[in-house]
Amino acid sequence: MELIGVWVAALLTLCIYSFLYRDNPFYRFAEHLFLGVSVGYGIVLSIYDGLIPFAWNPFWKAVTEREPAGLLKLIPIAIGLLFFARLIPKYAWLIRYPVAILIGVGAGLAIPNVMDAHIFQQLHGTLAPFAQIHAGTLSPFEIFGAILMFVGVIATLTYFFFSVEHRGVVGGISKIGIVFLMVGFGSAFGNTVMGRVSLLIQRVDFLVNDWIGTTIQSLPF
Amino acid sequence: MLERLINIDRRIIFILVAIAVVIPTFIKVRFPITVSNPTRSIYDYIEALPPKSTVMIAFNYGPSSLAELEPMAAAVLRHCFKKKLRVIGMTLINVGATLGDEITKDIAEEMGAVNGEDYVYLGFRPGTVQVLLGMGGSIESVYESDYAKTPLAEIPMMADIKNYDEIDLVLDLASSGTPPAWITYTNTRYNLQIAAGVTGVMVSELYPYLQTKQLVGLMPGLLGAAEYERLINTPEKGTTGMSVQSFVHLLIIALVIFGNIAFLVRRRKEQ
Repeated sequence: MELIGVWVAALLTLCIYSFLYRDNPFYRFAEHLFLGVSVGYGIVLSIYDGLIPFAWNPFWKAVTEREPAGLLKLIPIAIGLLFFARLIPKYAWLIRYPVAILIGVGAGLAIPNVMDAHIFQQLHGTLAPFAQIHAGTLSPFEIFGAILMFVGVIATLTYFFFSVEHRGVVGGISKIGIVFLMVGFGSAFGNTVMGRVSLLIQRVDFLVNDWIGTTIQSLPF
Repeated sequence: MLERLINIDRRIIFILVAIAVVIPTFIKVRFPITVSNPTRSIYDYIEALPPKSTVMIAFNYGPSSLAELEPMAAAVLRHCFKKKLRVIGMTLINVGATLGDEITKDIAEEMGAVNGEDYVYLGFRPGTVQVLLGMGGSIESVYESDYAKTPLAEIPMMADIKNYDEIDLVLDLASSGTPPAWITYTNTRYNLQIAAGVTGVMVSELYPYLQTKQLVGLMPGLLGAAEYERLINTPEKGTTGMSVQSFVHLLIIALVIFGNIAFLVRRRKEQ
């Protein structure tokens, strides 16, 4: 039985890689199968791990055990159901209520935390080494790194500052910003290549060891 | 001749890459692995934890990034179980639920760890932010039972683990934007220590969080897995994969150099 699974996975892998030659029905079949299975799996899991424990079970418990407090759960459930109002054109406007609540709660939760995590702490991280330079606790290499990072932040931000024409000093600084951006993109590209090659390596390892290897081992001679 | 080389059919490059992967896979070559500081930081942090400390591992990856992140998961789980740390597994993405369960069970069996005493696998709950914030108050409010539907109240390991206060480290093995969410909602709000192991595509954007210590450490793709395997002296798929990858990198570097030389020669001829 396990061998059948390995063969199915191997044939689907070959179907997907056949796209490297050119688009073909085998690739299309595997692609559609993958999408269908992924969506189906996601929906089922969301029902069993989301809808049932967080909506259906508390509601049913409230009804069967006659807990008036439990019936409060009906409020968020009802608001959630308003998403389906979109399916009836006459009542489609009702979807604005759950969307407004989601955006309001989401923004309320996110704004203070995002400001702290991604702006204040990053700003502190950029400037803190200068206090250490002042205290004389950094090595020459670390001092160079701190200055380089500071220059990189200022130059890159200047590149994205469009309220002033990029000429003269501003133009020069923004060009330095481009260099830092290119270094960043180069690093991202290199890591992306590494990531994509890793996927190929794992599939080749599967085809060589799990598919061909297991099949040969299971032969009766 | 030069024009023909510049306009080479991309399928020939695919074949070259395939050869660069297949041949080393058969001959099983191994190159030495050098450990980077961000990966070593995670190892050192876990190594310094006393027995019975709790590490939460978020298996936030699906089948499409299994190749990079599963070797990492295996290496860290081996380290945790060897150190007698308690492991809580969970995921914020639905396709990660089964993968996290399988790898946790496999490594636990290999290391002799017991479900409910040494590890618990909680599975998936929808709503990233709600899950992260909810567990800060009470894990049981988000996961009333584990992946096998055993109520948390009946799991011995969870008796004294109520929320983030009892968790010493979260390792997010991620193929999507979950590490910034952990940092934003749990490190900032609850001062929870976060480490990340991510796909190669994502790693560049997370380096700024290392310097600010918002991340304890960072493992970059398959390389991170290979580095961690070296640290725990258990060479597995990460190590063999990185050795194969070195051949492909050499090929890609050669192609990039060749492409640039050909471009410069053609430009000079046109001038």
